[in-house]
Amino acid sequence: MSDHDNGHIQEHIRVYLTVFGALAVLTLLTVGVSYLNVSSTEAIFLALTIATIKASLVAGYFMHLITEKQTIVWLLILTFFFFLVCMFLPMIYDFDHTRLS
Amino acid sequence: MSNDSHHEENFLQKYIFSVDHKIIGIQYGITSLMFLFFGFCLMMVMRWQLAYPETPVPYIGGLLGETGILMPEIYNMLGAMHGTIMIFLGVVPLAVGAFGNYIVPLQIGAPDMAFPKLNAASYWSYFIGGVIMLASFFLPEGAARSGWTSYPPLSIFETGQTAWLIGMVFLITSSLLGSMNIIVTIVQLRAPGLTWFRLPFFVWGQFVTAFLLVLAFPPLEAAAVLQLMDRVAQTSFFLPSGLVYSGAAVDVYGSGSPLLWQHLFWFLAHPEVYVLILPAMGIVGDVIANNTRKPLWGYKSIVYGSVFLGFMSFIVWAHHMFLTGMGQAMSSFFQTTTMIISIPSVIILTSFFISLWGASIRFTTPMLFALAFLPMFGIGGLTGLPLGVGASDIHLHDTYYVIGHFHYVVAPGTIFALFAGIYYWFPKMTGRKMSEALGKLHFWPSLIFMNGIFLPMFIQGLAGVSRRLYDGGQSYAHAQDVLQWNEFMSISAFCLAAAQIPFFINIFVSMFNGEKVGRNPWQSTTIEWSAPSPPLPHRNFENQVEVYRGPYEYSVPGADKDFSPQTEK
Amino acid sequence: MQIPYITEERPDTGLTNSKLGIWVFLASEIMLFGGLFSAYVFLRIAAPEGDFAYWGSKLNIPMATINTLVLISSSMTMIMSWASLKMKDFEKYKMYMGLTLLFASIFLVIKYFEYTGKFHHGIYPSSSTFMGIYFTLTGLHMLHIIGGMIVMGYFWLPFGNKMWTTEPERFTNRIEIAGLYWHFVDLVWIFLFPILYLL
Repeated sequence: MSDHDNGHIQEHIRVYLTVFGALAVLTLLTVGVSYLNVSSTEAIFLALTIATIKASLVAGYFMHLITEKQTIVWLLILTFFFFLVCMFLPMIYDFDHTRLS
Repeated sequence: MSNDSHHEENFLQKYIFSVDHKIIGIQYGITSLMFLFFGFCLMMVMRWQLAYPETPVPYIGGLLGETGILMPEIYNMLGAMHGTIMIFLGVVPLAVGAFGNYIVPLQIGAPDMAFPKLNAASYWSYFIGGVIMLASFFLPEGAARSGWTSYPPLSIFETGQTAWLIGMVFLITSSLLGSMNIIVTIVQLRAPGLTWFRLPFFVWGQFVTAFLLVLAFPPLEAAAVLQLMDRVAQTSFFLPSGLVYSGAAVDVYGSGSPLLWQHLFWFLAHPEVYVLILPAMGIVGDVIANNTRKPLWGYKSIVYGSVFLGFMSFIVWAHHMFLTGMGQAMSSFFQTTTMIISIPSVIILTSFFISLWGASIRFTTPMLFALAFLPMFGIGGLTGLPLGVGASDIHLHDTYYVIGHFHYVVAPGTIFALFAGIYYWFPKMTGRKMSEALGKLHFWPSLIFMNGIFLPMFIQGLAGVSRRLYDGGQSYAHAQDVLQWNEFMSISAFCLAAAQIPFFINIFVSMFNGEKVGRNPWQSTTIEWSAPSPPLPHRNFENQVEVYRGPYEYSVPGADKDFSPQTEK
Repeated sequence: MQIPYITEERPDTGLTNSKLGIWVFLASEIMLFGGLFSAYVFLRIAAPEGDFAYWGSKLNIPMATINTLVLISSSMTMIMSWASLKMKDFEKYKMYMGLTLLFASIFLVIKYFEYTGKFHHGIYPSSSTFMGIYFTLTGLHMLHIIGGMIVMGYFWLPFGNKMWTTEPERFTNRIEIAGLYWHFVDLVWIFLFPILYLL
């Protein structure tokens, strides 16, 4: 490993520290937002948006997904699609079921 | 891990706790064949009760209680465990664990699986799961008896389910480790020159199967954890409010939903159908190409077809739930996807049929099994269409018709393909060929008796006889006209058991006295046949394999012989 | 003939075996928690109006907030331990890895107090559907934490990290793989925290 790489890593570490700071701030923010007096739909939307931003930061920078190889990105896109199927179809099923019976 | 064969291995390291993919594959094969046979025995006891209700079971009646009569509770146990053992301990480990482990690294020219130790862990996790399942028969509360689908609320209250759930967690873990390994092996360890479209169809089948296992099994693991909580921590994930069981109100918090289990269960269990069928199709494709001496017709379409099949299998699961009161929107959606998923199956099957056209077919034993697979799987698939349409499913749901349908897919379908695989690759595993005469003696009776068991099920099912009935329908007026088939089916089942005797004799005799063969007894093109038989421990090939051509280059015009191996320039 | 691509990357995929392996494993983990989140949503819809919110308000938000920060910090130290190995600084690696283990232990201790606090007030998984799913989800997450601690503990202790002297590159890869798993456990908690405590 050359000095060039070392400098590279130093740069990475600065990014990690920034991401860490952002995650901490967002954690406090999501707790703060939960005390706002909003409807439950809005609360769910806010909480999940913040959680998604945090998760993207962790996945993108700590897990290096931003610079990861194509194979892994496609694997995750596929998984995410089935994750959505698993999440949402039972919900739609339930609405369909209760509305029409 | 590096596995140089320089150091001496003792017996335990070499044959029991080996990390060599070939030994693990054979361990998987032997264990799963024993489980298949055991699951079959459970079914024969049940078939005795259906044919001759409330008469003592001969020979083993003493195990079932003083009278020797199969009691309803034990009948239910046998039913649940027959399904569980056949699917999770028999067919999947044989197709994915044994063939996937043994053949895939050889067919892609790799020295071993990508993670040999993980591979061993996968086998031992499967072994522990199997032992737990078997041991559950000897627990005071007995084995699971709520069907292999374990629908709540019944499964929450029936005894014996806890051991089933714990066993399942081990089996799921085993499948996850095994299929991770297969995916990484296929992506990473392909020999130089082996591009994606030079892979044999068997490898494609295993690849798609591994994805199905990795992505569909975890939701069932989640569901198993939830059901375990319901049973041991008195939660009520699957129990609605105000539930009454055995005449008494159930004392739980309530507000759960039994439908949740069905969603999570079928989210696995529908892809599971394709886990059972895709490796089988892979074996059939390889055997057909080899014995017709011509390239597999439409190789690219069947590859795309199998990938599409795998993809679609995730969004059809609720066709198992048409009777749970789903609304029209969802019902239409799932009926449509179910019709769409039949297209790739038909593409694959049609390509196999067209491959036979104009070929000079060698009717070897593996080829006979592969040929029988085609119409048998065809019957299984076509009888599935009425079940995929809501209107006809209302009549057929939970009848013997369903049993006939999926057994045609799995028993004369997948299991025949697996037999073809055993006969086809046995020379590679042992260096000796299996006896053709005994093989034919195994094949023809098996084919006849398989149909003898499962064809009458369609008749009974269309008459409306429900599955899982202890008396086989004796007490129902609408079943009286078709009851006489029960004895016919049971006798066929006993004969089918007898028809397996030549197979076991064949394995043992051929292992020691079979005709000795060289590297390539079938004059095949794929890479595994360029390795010694059996392949070298821990490295398979003498030298790094290089690949120059596609998988099925038979009868190439201008070539000096009728097959051009992938490894030859 | 050895198994190739253990430390060097396969040219056409650009990956090592273990990198691809851990991502396939994480894909299955996504589906595992996907199934459980799906169950959570399903049960929330099936439950009587306000039932989940009522029982959810019994959870201890300050403790969970601290736990979230602790887990994020452990992710941070985990990636620092890998970066230290990349810079060939083994002493720093041991320090950061030790810190990661320390944060993980703090998480478990806080979780222990949360659980016993609930038991003390007579709240068990059977008390309500929400409490059932709360204990199941956090319990399963905790098992993941413990599993990760076993692996990281192994790489921290002398008999596990001696590979650094023989095959430093491979050891660095191992830490990266363990790190990917650890970040995923953190990521799951990022979703568990709002859906269980805040909604």
